[in-house]
Amino acid sequence: MNFDFSDDARALSESARRMLTEHAGPDAARRIMDSDVAYDEALWRQVVDLGLTAARVPEAHGGVGLSPEESCVLAEEFGRSLAPVPFLSTLLATEALLLAGTEVQQAKYLPGIADGSTIACYAWGEGVNSPTAIPATRAESGRLTGTKSPVADALTASLAVVTAAGEDGPALWLVDLKNVSVAPAATLDLVRKHGTIALDGTPAEPLGTSADYQRFIDRAAVILAFEAIGTAGAAMEMAVGYAKDRVAFGQRIGRYQGVKHKCADMYIKLELARAHALYGAWAFAADADELRHAAAAARTASLDAVRFAAEENVQLHGGIGFTWESNCQFYYRRARQLSAALGSRAFWADRLVRALEQRNRAAA
Amino acid sequence: MDFNDTPQEAEYRAKVRAWIAEAAKEYEGLPEPKSQDEYVARQKSWQRKKYDADYAGLTWPKAFGGQGLGPMNAIIFSQEEARSAAPTGLYSIGLGMCIPTVFTHGSKAVIERFVPKALEGGEIWCQLFSEPIAGSDLAGIRTKAVRDGDDWIITGQKVWTTFAHLSDYGIIVTRTDPSAPKHKGLTMFIVDMHAPGVEARPLKQMSGGADFNEVFFDGVHVPDAWRIGAVGDGWKAGLTTLMNERLAVGGKPRNSPGWRTLMDLARGIDTEQGPAIERMDVRARIADTYINDEGVKLTQMRALSALSQGKTPGAEQSISKVVVAKTMQDMAAFALELSESAGFAAGEKDSELARLQGAYMWSAGLRIAGGTDEILRNIIAERVLGLPGDLRPDKDTPFNEIVPL
Ligand SMILES: Cc1cc2nc3c(=O)[nH]c(=O)nc-3n(C[C@H](O)[C@H](O)[C@H](O)COP(=O)(O)OP(=O)(O)OC[C@H]3O[C@@H](n4cnc5c(N)ncnc54)[C@H](O)[C@@H]3O)c2cc1C
Repeated sequence: MNFDFSDDARALSESARRMLTEHAGPDAARRIMDSDVAYDEALWRQVVDLGLTAARVPEAHGGVGLSPEESCVLAEEFGRSLAPVPFLSTLLATEALLLAGTEVQQAKYLPGIADGSTIACYAWGEGVNSPTAIPATRAESGRLTGTKSPVADALTASLAVVTAAGEDGPALWLVDLKNVSVAPAATLDLVRKHGTIALDGTPAEPLGTSADYQRFIDRAAVILAFEAIGTAGAAMEMAVGYAKDRVAFGQRIGRYQGVKHKCADMYIKLELARAHALYGAWAFAADADELRHAAAAARTASLDAVRFAAEENVQLHGGIGFTWESNCQFYYRRARQLSAALGSRAFWADRLVRALEQRNRAAA
Repeated sequence: MDFNDTPQEAEYRAKVRAWIAEAAKEYEGLPEPKSQDEYVARQKSWQRKKYDADYAGLTWPKAFGGQGLGPMNAIIFSQEEARSAAPTGLYSIGLGMCIPTVFTHGSKAVIERFVPKALEGGEIWCQLFSEPIAGSDLAGIRTKAVRDGDDWIITGQKVWTTFAHLSDYGIIVTRTDPSAPKHKGLTMFIVDMHAPGVEARPLKQMSGGADFNEVFFDGVHVPDAWRIGAVGDGWKAGLTTLMNERLAVGGKPRNSPGWRTLMDLARGIDTEQGPAIERMDVRARIADTYINDEGVKLTQMRALSALSQGKTPGAEQSISKVVVAKTMQDMAAFALELSESAGFAAGEKDSELARLQGAYMWSAGLRIAGGTDEILRNIIAERVLGLPGDLRPDKDTPFNEIVPL
């Protein structure tokens, strides 16, 4: 057993971290929040130059052909740094293409992703639906009709992976956004910009089957769990740093058990989530049957970790934590985005228990 | 035991309800104020109406312009007021916290000058306690006041001061003797917010609005006659304010979403596990919210009914804010998650989702304002349950020699 990432994955994550520490983080997030632009274009160029969009793309399509482990470690680094670039969105689309794309589709789209000329988004939400509910968006003779909102990075993307009603449940479609109307959609997250995609008989290509879709959201759940873990870790570090520094009643507040235990609980939730996420990363890479429950557990635990860290980070900062100027708000708001990104906690908790039941039945 | 109004209480309620129905009619269906001036004018007009009809300062002594009524009258009035469209909020700090401190510790001249004017709503007040360096540990503040003939000269900075930018006066805790131990060198004054050297700069909150401020004092003159309590007794006066604060901000903010909001929301959502309202996790959350919010309300009524029978209420009241604020955060997060993408997209103005989103943001501040969750738990543990207090290494050291641990 080797319950850790490969040396290659670690090396990649370290170089990503170095770059993101220098060019992303709360200051970059604030610049994007305060501006009208949808993402940090200069940072995106660095991401592409470092080969991060090419990491998962097979060599045959102009990429580096790395494993799912690399997707996971990168997701954590982007989550940690709040990087205002469409990396996670493009990564999810990459994974969808790798999982379900035909040879022709992969050859058509992956090279552009690898060289940075294609930015992609993943469009599934249309109101109060969960990821496995039949979407209202319909496909008819290769054309989609329906509205997706809010979609992360829709304003910058040229390619969308869209869910629509398939024969047995939701399925994925590829939509070229060139001639599609995309309007800005305001959300609780002021840094990661979202859009509304209005499809009205828009030409689309099917991307795999409904069964592929179910496997796709499991893989996506693992990747997003790592993103949430990165964000939770950054919020925890901010809180712990402040607790070591701030003085009240003649002592650093970290001396008080009320504060200490909160920090310890952040760590406990984070490490539980990380353990589940690592298990999920293994199941993803090995294409193991365990993926269904491992992914659901990772996603559920990671949402718990990030919500707790984000809320209590504000709390441990006192009045300053509740200001616009403080960086606490980035994590507080991002935790809402992470929850909305692919079905909330209750959905994944239910999916987890269903998966466990199925395993029990299979074992019996 | 009887949870209904007594005949006298019912009679009072009927009278108050009839008056409010008539007096608050003009505010019904009004859009949100478009400017700060409009907001203040609307709040002022309601306070003035109450004053003219003898509904202001219900529990205050008659000598201070109040009505000398019992707390049950005040609670009945505010319950009825909350059901109406009457604009309230701006006076909660001044009339709820500052002025009671003024008439408890202030001189006769000061009371006569400030209390009636505040009660009629003519002057707005703020509480200038917290500083960048000290919030929970109020006795650690540094803003200094130095004697200068008949005046004091105040220099320093306050922060998180709610409504300072709209206020005419404030009560300020200052350090008048830095060589005394921290609790002993404090003195409270009334300060004119329009005096030269006072500058209030609104601070934007995480939630977007800017109700609180940082306030700078640069050599501001305050007459000694405006001192509240003796020199060196600022801590005692401050405690009066904080006790009133726990009552003023203890409850659930008016119009904030609660268990009914979640129930209504769940009724409209179908999930793959069935209608949301039939899901056990949703029902459990509605129950939790009810238990906490209504439990706090009933606890407050318990305290009030003790008061109405001339008894001293127990410490049970101290649980209010710590329960209400976190319940609001948890309920709002749950409701937004239940709404999936729709709960994350910015809700349309005045929609239920927008209110839930506002509640999720605001609850984070509510858990801090007026005593943090942690400080309130310390108070329950130490003052109510009698557990040993935290060690306070700096308590007896001269303030200017304290070295933090
Ligand atoms: C919306 C809002 C409105 C406000 N309005 C006003 C106002 O009108 N006037 C005014 O004077 N102030 C106001 N405040 C300030 C408020 O009273 C302080 O923010 C609060 O008391 C906390 O102080 P602090 O911000 O300095 O945090 P700190 O005291 O530095 O606390 C930081 C963290 O340490 C924890 N902590 C501190 N001591 C202990 C301990 N002994 N044990 C365990 N944990 C501890 C706290 O709980 C908190 O989590 C307002 C604050 C907010 C958020």
